[in-house]
Amino acid sequence: MAVNDIPQHPPFTAEFKESLFNIPEGEKIQTCLQCACCSGVCPFGFAMEIPPGRMIAWMRAGILDEMLESDSVWMCVSCYACTEVCPKGIPVTLALMTRAKEEALLAGNVPTELQSALEFSDQYSNPLGESSRKRADWAEELDFEIPIIRKVKRPVDVLWFVGDYASYHPRVKNVTKAFAILLNKLGIDFGILGSDEHSDGDSQRLAGERGLFEKLAEKNAKILSRCEFNEIITTDPHAYNAFKNEYPQLGFDFPVRHYTEFLVDHLDEITPLFKENGKAKVAFHDPCYLGRVNKIYEAPRQLIEAIPGVELVEMAHNKSTSLCCGGGGGGMWLDGFRWEKAEYRLSEWRIKEAVAVKADILAVSCPYEPPRFEDATKAIAGAKKMLVKDIVELIVDAIDI
Amino acid sequence: MTEIVVIARLVPDLVEELEIAPSGTALDLSWLRVIINEFDNHAIEQAIILKERSGATVTIISPEAEGVEDMLFTTAAKGADRLIKLTGIGEEKPTNLSLAQTLATMIKEMNPDLVLNGVQAHDDITGDLAPQLAQLLDMPYVGYISGVSLDGGKAKAYKEYPGGILAEMEINLPAVLGIQSSEEPPRYVAISKVRQMMNSTSIEEIQSSELETESGVVIKRMYLPEAAERAEMLEGDEKEVATKITSILQDLGLL
Ligand code: SF4
Ligand code: SF4
Ligand code: SF4
Repeated sequence: MAVNDIPQHPPFTAEFKESLFNIPEGEKIQTCLQCACCSGVCPFGFAMEIPPGRMIAWMRAGILDEMLESDSVWMCVSCYACTEVCPKGIPVTLALMTRAKEEALLAGNVPTELQSALEFSDQYSNPLGESSRKRADWAEELDFEIPIIRKVKRPVDVLWFVGDYASYHPRVKNVTKAFAILLNKLGIDFGILGSDEHSDGDSQRLAGERGLFEKLAEKNAKILSRCEFNEIITTDPHAYNAFKNEYPQLGFDFPVRHYTEFLVDHLDEITPLFKENGKAKVAFHDPCYLGRVNKIYEAPRQLIEAIPGVELVEMAHNKSTSLCCGGGGGGMWLDGFRWEKAEYRLSEWRIKEAVAVKADILAVSCPYEPPRFEDATKAIAGAKKMLVKDIVELIVDAIDI
Repeated sequence: MTEIVVIARLVPDLVEELEIAPSGTALDLSWLRVIINEFDNHAIEQAIILKERSGATVTIISPEAEGVEDMLFTTAAKGADRLIKLTGIGEEKPTNLSLAQTLATMIKEMNPDLVLNGVQAHDDITGDLAPQLAQLLDMPYVGYISGVSLDGGKAKAYKEYPGGILAEMEINLPAVLGIQSSEEPPRYVAISKVRQMMNSTSIEEIQSSELETESGVVIKRMYLPEAAERAEMLEGDEKEVATKITSILQDLGLL
């Protein structure tokens, strides 16, 4: 009988270094100028012993042991700020930080909080550990039917991929219901997958669990390939990113749009529905996975500006310089760990910026964000009265249903 | 080389709502999802820790159930050497004793130094399986163990008693231990490694002997706890609430 050697090796080994520099996108790492723009722009750079620029320097110098002891990579929220600024065009987020997380995870070096989210994602197809059978229970709270594709057994124009937090999180379910109400009002022919939907897996991928991501992607692709629809829409930029950029690399190609792009196309039908709506200053938080990663900056702004009585204001960080809410790259599942290390929440930083521009409302367009930012309004001076609303909630609030 | 055998069972997942079968005396299996018994998961972790510390071969035996292969491959990715699926388990759950008998026959041939099992399970809350197995194997048994080390022909184990008391025990090997928790929480293993194991490892199937499903104890009725509707919220300020409480207690003849 062959003895199974315990596959244990520490992260950041010489082989890791080798593999990192030799993968096609990693080759670029060799061109690093050591300008440290990446570490400087990184929202958690101050809390990392080894921010990305230094990581490259140490690897070049062969200082691997110290890197092995550091858990800096788990501070990375995969926000792409470093990738955006690197003068050499090095894909720092993917080719360095995500690869390093993968390596740490393969070696079994995973913060406990993250471990349960990953186990739940595998067991229940959602990181919250909720019953997969209850994925569409939110729909029961509405007074009209939400078509579940397996049940209605007919082609639909639009397949709405609801996503994890949008399906289960009590706060985010309000956004989900608002979106359903709007689709219904607009007479869109849509359907959802219900309990057949699996986590899109993108945040798990960015937390270093590539195998899990692939497994979830395969499950979604299998069910989607049995459905007839013209396009996928989703309120979740992380799911959008998965379908847009990652699933195709696995051979799963589905046309997808974020709901902000989809609704902009329907603005002509939405505008006549608006009623008198009071006045409010609204700041928009660009989600990294809509903005920086996928360059969608205008669609959400167009929607906000179409709402009567709304004045759109820009925060200090906006569009390509937007700040992450702290939930990316597994951040949704590392709050405790990161608080311990940094004693700081990125969501609070963002709310301070919204206070500075005197926003009454912080508008968001990602299911991770409402609970994170709402919590932050409670902690930041001057933000007690600030509302955090998804754009779709703002729209539905402003029309007669 | 030290031989460690772990028995790992899949049990009903309590995240899903349990449903009672139309018969009214059993769970509706069509709705049931199973997951690894948490205590067995700790037993697996403890076995892997022992292997890491001083070398051992670890064999995992699991009664067949939906998803058992995935579970076994996961243990291989953690470091288990031999995976065995016990087949021939029918729709009805066998009694612990007959399961112990079948396992004992198999395990005897393996000549293990240590047999680990979770101290209890959702469907074995009294934790009978491991002590019955010990009896049949003619080995000593200690339950509620959190942490084991091996030293020559002996095991040193920590047993938890109520009230936060911990006992250090020395047990002659071979022995059966009922694990409450491993020294370290069960580790995470990357899905890519589990998938690799699916391609590179195999699961042996061993047919169980005839299993008893009748233990002499008959379930007459199985039902979900009935929600009592007797709670009443008392409104008002402290004084009003206090007056209401007194009058309720008087009405009940308690004052
Ligand atoms: S992706 Fe964001 S958090 Fe991660 S290293 Fe780059 S800037 Fe920092
Ligand atoms: S920004 Fe780019 S070039 Fe500058 S240190 Fe970072 S990786 Fe190197
Ligand atoms: S939730 Fe939004 S801001 Fe936060 S990580 Fe995701 S995209 Fe970025």
